[in-house]
Amino acid sequence: MAEHVRIKAIYPPGHVRAPYYLRGKTGVIERDLGNFANPEQLAYRHKADPKPLYRVRFTMAEVWGDNAENPADTIDAEVYDHWLERV
Amino acid sequence: MSDTDGRRWHDMGGMPAGPIPMEGHDFALWEKRVDALMVLCGNKGFLSVDGLRRALEDMGEDTFEKYSYYERWIASINQNLIEAGLYTLEELGTRMAEVQARGPTYGEANNG
Repeated sequence: MAEHVRIKAIYPPGHVRAPYYLRGKTGVIERDLGNFANPEQLAYRHKADPKPLYRVRFTMAEVWGDNAENPADTIDAEVYDHWLERV
Repeated sequence: MSDTDGRRWHDMGGMPAGPIPMEGHDFALWEKRVDALMVLCGNKGFLSVDGLRRALEDMGEDTFEKYSYYERWIASINQNLIEAGLYTLEELGTRMAEVQARGPTYGEANNG
């Protein structure tokens, strides 16, 4: 059973690793990539916490709505756990 | 939209961007030096690719139009090295004046 997640629709004005076009969009976890030092802390020379990173799969219909040329095609994005909400 | 209420200027995924330029181009010697400086400083732990990106993003949209790729890079590298405490602004300014005094052709090289 695929785990559904939504990218948080928050907009902090700093260095973040969740692309704008995916915020608020829902996808499924494609795979767990393991933990990585949080780049959003590294960017400011802070000590970085290990953060789980996931590959998340979205349909073009979900991302682009009626503008999707091939709505059933998918796009994968690698997103940190702290940007995901379980739905 | 401003940087504080939504999409930041550099977060361009999905935006109209026109055709992709496919022609290659060579790099000037100073551009190769900037690239080498970034790799060396990264290997020594003085900066991270995340810090580089952060400084580039914080330069704002105008710099994307005004400056070339490696001009933006050297500005970001400098910002990160200043923050890392590698040198002071006074030291940087003094050294820049020394280099400038060498003349405009000092940094050129054949077959660079």
